[in-house]
Amino acid sequence: MNGETTLLEARGIRKTYGPVVALASANLAVGSGEVHALLGANGAGKSTLVKLLTGVTKPDEGEITFAGREIRVGSPAEAARLGLAPVFQDPALVPDLTVGQNMRLTRSSVGAVRARLREMELDVDFSERAGDVPLPMLRMVDLARALARDPRLLVLDEITAALPSDLAERVFAVMREWRDQGRSVLFITHRLAEVIATCDRATILRDGGDVATIVPREGGETAIVEHMLGPEAARAEEEAVAREETAPQRVEGDVIVDVASLGVGRVADVSFSLHGGEILGIAALEGQGQDELFAVLSGQQRADGGEIRVVGRALRARTPYDAIRQGLVLVPADRLLALLPQRPISENIAAPRYNTPTRWGPINMREERRRIGSAIDALQIDTRARRQVRRLSGGNQQKVTIARWLASGFRALLCYDPTRGIDVGTKRQVYGLLRRLADDGAAILFFSSELAEFPLVCDRVVTLFGGRITGELAGETADEAALLRAMHGLVEDAAA
Amino acid sequence: MSAVSTPRRLDVRGTVAANPAIVLTFVFIALFVATDIVNRAQSSEAFITGRQVSTTFLYAAILGLMAAGQTLVMLTGGVDLSVATTATASAFMISSFARDGTVVAILVALGVGLGIGLVNGTGVAIFRVNALIMTLGVSTVTLGALTVYSQKRFLAAAPDFVVRLGSERFLTYIPYDLLVWAPIAALIILGLRYSGFGRMIYAVGDNPVATRLAGVRNWQVLLAVYALCGLLSAAAGILLVGFNNAADLGIATPFLLPSVAAVVIGGTSIFGGVGGYAGTILGALILTLLDSLLTILDASQAVRQILYGLIVLVLAAIYARAAASD
Amino acid sequence: MNAVATTQGRVAFDWRRAARRHGWTVGVFVLLLVLVLYWRSSTNLPWGTFDVQSLAIDALPLAFVAMGQGIVIISGGIDLSVGSMMSLVNVLAAKYMVTSLGDATVGSSATAGSFGRAVGVSLLLLAFGFLAGAMTGFIIHVSKIADIIVTLAMLFVWAGAALAVLEVPGGGTALRYQNLVTLDTVFTAWLPKALVILLVVYALLWLTIRRRRPGLALYAIGSNRSAAYLSGINVPQARVFAYAMSGTFAALGGLALTAASGIGDPHSGDIYTLNSVAAVVLGGVSLLGGVGGLLGVMAAAFVLTLVKTILIIKGVDQNYAQVIQGSLIVLVVMIGGLAIRQKGKSGG
Repeated sequence: MNGETTLLEARGIRKTYGPVVALASANLAVGSGEVHALLGANGAGKSTLVKLLTGVTKPDEGEITFAGREIRVGSPAEAARLGLAPVFQDPALVPDLTVGQNMRLTRSSVGAVRARLREMELDVDFSERAGDVPLPMLRMVDLARALARDPRLLVLDEITAALPSDLAERVFAVMREWRDQGRSVLFITHRLAEVIATCDRATILRDGGDVATIVPREGGETAIVEHMLGPEAARAEEEAVAREETAPQRVEGDVIVDVASLGVGRVADVSFSLHGGEILGIAALEGQGQDELFAVLSGQQRADGGEIRVVGRALRARTPYDAIRQGLVLVPADRLLALLPQRPISENIAAPRYNTPTRWGPINMREERRRIGSAIDALQIDTRARRQVRRLSGGNQQKVTIARWLASGFRALLCYDPTRGIDVGTKRQVYGLLRRLADDGAAILFFSSELAEFPLVCDRVVTLFGGRITGELAGETADEAALLRAMHGLVEDAAA
Repeated sequence: MSAVSTPRRLDVRGTVAANPAIVLTFVFIALFVATDIVNRAQSSEAFITGRQVSTTFLYAAILGLMAAGQTLVMLTGGVDLSVATTATASAFMISSFARDGTVVAILVALGVGLGIGLVNGTGVAIFRVNALIMTLGVSTVTLGALTVYSQKRFLAAAPDFVVRLGSERFLTYIPYDLLVWAPIAALIILGLRYSGFGRMIYAVGDNPVATRLAGVRNWQVLLAVYALCGLLSAAAGILLVGFNNAADLGIATPFLLPSVAAVVIGGTSIFGGVGGYAGTILGALILTLLDSLLTILDASQAVRQILYGLIVLVLAAIYARAAASD
Repeated sequence: MNAVATTQGRVAFDWRRAARRHGWTVGVFVLLLVLVLYWRSSTNLPWGTFDVQSLAIDALPLAFVAMGQGIVIISGGIDLSVGSMMSLVNVLAAKYMVTSLGDATVGSSATAGSFGRAVGVSLLLLAFGFLAGAMTGFIIHVSKIADIIVTLAMLFVWAGAALAVLEVPGGGTALRYQNLVTLDTVFTAWLPKALVILLVVYALLWLTIRRRRPGLALYAIGSNRSAAYLSGINVPQARVFAYAMSGTFAALGGLALTAASGIGDPHSGDIYTLNSVAAVVLGGVSLLGGVGGLLGVMAAAFVLTLVKTILIIKGVDQNYAQVIQGSLIVLVVMIGGLAIRQKGKSGG
């Protein structure tokens, strides 16, 4: 439903950080009574635009009009006062204070926030320390707080990333309700399926400027991706994906990792085998133990029971070092966990090579350069930002995280939500890379919070629910519906 | 970030941040010239003489060694406030074991330094105690122990070899202590850049969570770094007692805060992960020179202190700005 | 605590949460009690109100400066300049609370000023502490330099200034000013004036803001600065406020030193920087910020002072005493570190 009146309009926005132009000239128009998506690859300027609209930073040029009046947003508090309520991906709640104290800190009425939560059929203990509340729940509290302010424009920045589908549904319901009341929602996301399902219009940014405003339902995913990548690049991607999909079926190798009756935390009794040359997906709702499963496999946590064998040898890992030594390496979702922000790409990639005192001696620079070089090539990492890895885009950063294991060698790659917060183009590159690695014989364990990825990447998918494996599906048949059923514990006749 | 970017203007601040050594060298030379001018004004004597230059390097070696350990520790994101008392302890060991022979004395002194460093490292690396507190506490304990020790044990003058190392020169102008400082400095600079250990120091300082996931056992790196720092401080203490010919409890105190200052001036971030020893060397030289200048100006303790503080502030501000805009 | 229980297990959970939140503080008070009992039993002399008085006076400067340090650390920073600020305030007070300094070299002592003058000077110095602290906070914010470095630099500056005011110990203060913390007591002989003053200050300066926005803002910026900013807190303002409080409490500490010793010494505050951090850590405030309260810190200040007193009574050589005190601090912090580590492992 197109809003007749324009609620928010941003014209000619320009923002530079030193020599880097984050936004060249961006325009955005959100009507009243609409759900408007803001899309774009990492580095296109999406996050900068959101920061400008919500008062986190100020634009160099350009004007923002809200409800007919030109505004200058100086701080997040001011944005809220004007009627622009943001909900960021990292909940704006202070971890060491209780939820209630956080409310008091932001002058939010506890009653109003509680009421909003109840509307979403949720309940939170307000005397609980915010840091102890699980992240998805905290996001919902943040959302409730924003709603309690009764804003005219709700800005949701990647709120559904890593949200379990039941909570995501509630967010969509809220968005619809807001729209029906004649207010607006600006929805920033990477998940195109959600955009097509929920949004009235979408503005796509590319290279610091807006390139199109479309109606998602009409163009579909193809149109969106084409705008995001640019027509030539999009076509190339499509061809590349098509080529991958027609590749010959992979030969399954030996069992690399064998998990037998594993128990840890919320995992009660899990058994599966990971073969060389295959990508095995683990699909689960939030909090079903998948994080603990990966933590045990990568050596960060010890299992309570059961056994894990890597190429036949028992895995006895007290630290990540032990797991890595046996060839189990982790690609985490949060790049902050894996990267050295102030060090250059080369040092990041080379890091695991010196992780034990016996390797503290002089470095063989030629050997190092060779390995790093081949890893960079394999992953097509953009090495323009030489000095510090924190200058790279999110997608490139994630590639560096994977590159380090390419350079150091591994037996099984444990990918925990590796494409979280990454733009479509880079995601596809990562899928392609994972499939190439598997073709070459690598064993890959794959978890994602985005169900659409499983059929694109995996050969097999097992679902985890109630601490146990509830189903196994072949990659191609692992569509969202089938997965959701198995993930909720509704066992179906999932014949391969 | 995006593909569209304006051509880079001459990025002065960025260059300063990336190559502090260049700027600091200029500052050092400028300071020398300034001191020369002032000295001529005060006593009609030049300051840029062979003798004075060599004296500056002589003094700076002691600070340079203490600041070396401090650099390594600060690169990992910590700080070692016990470098002065460790040097003092080492000085005391030299004096008290002088009668047992030079080699024994030196070994004991270095051993004590290493031991103190290991205690620091154990606290910081294994018990996860905040480095500031741990090293401050260890320093208090060491000082107290030394006070008791000095009352109980006879302290001789330093052995001849040590005195030569600490206070004499050869070829008229080259201080012997440079024979200690220079190779160590070279080792540290090369090691930080070309050894796996050096890489790990930077890595652990930059993001210990990431290093853990990469398989590094952080405690190993930290323990080694603090132990090395203790060793280097002990070396400084040996030179110091050689210079003074006797050990007393306050012998190294004037070097503690300058050791941190030299590292800061040299461009190493207190948060770790960025920096190096080359800048620290220049920082040590500059501070030593500054001290001489202030002595010539007959500046009171009060003025020196205030000036010290302001200089650290200004230089740190320049680096912080450069790093932020980077 | 939590009246609305949505699941069965909540009631039992409350005890554990209470223990987690207040356990450390209670522990420090227990430690203090144990030490007091030990102190009492370790002297054969009749134990009287004088001892309690002297302990309170002895501990007062440290208690003040540790509270200020605690506030800064809670807000996520640290202030290494508190010791020299104390010295500076001490010498300023001693110099201006007298009408003439006299000459220590010929043996004529300072001529004490009036009580009114002393009070006036005190108020001015408190304002000075507040402003000086605010300036430090402002420099930290504007220059973007790490707080350790800035406060280290300020340490030099204040120390130099103290030397400029009084090169050697000297000056004095009004007798009645000293009596503010010494003779006479309030209500009962067992309740020293010094302790009353401490508690009044605690109530006025901290309890009034702790649960309201100003105090919560301090915890917020110490806990997660970006979340605090996104929550709408004026982060620079909160940071400056934290350092201004630290300066004020350091000034209080310096005034306490003046009142207790009756003299000004440019090095009197030196040892308090380390001890203030030790008291803060012992008092249960996390060096990472965002966690802890000042009640435990005050108790910790008393614990540290009491340890020293006990060692003196036992006739331990003062230097051994320093070794023991230092080792104790290190041990305490190590145990604290272990506790944090265990907590992290179990995900608690």
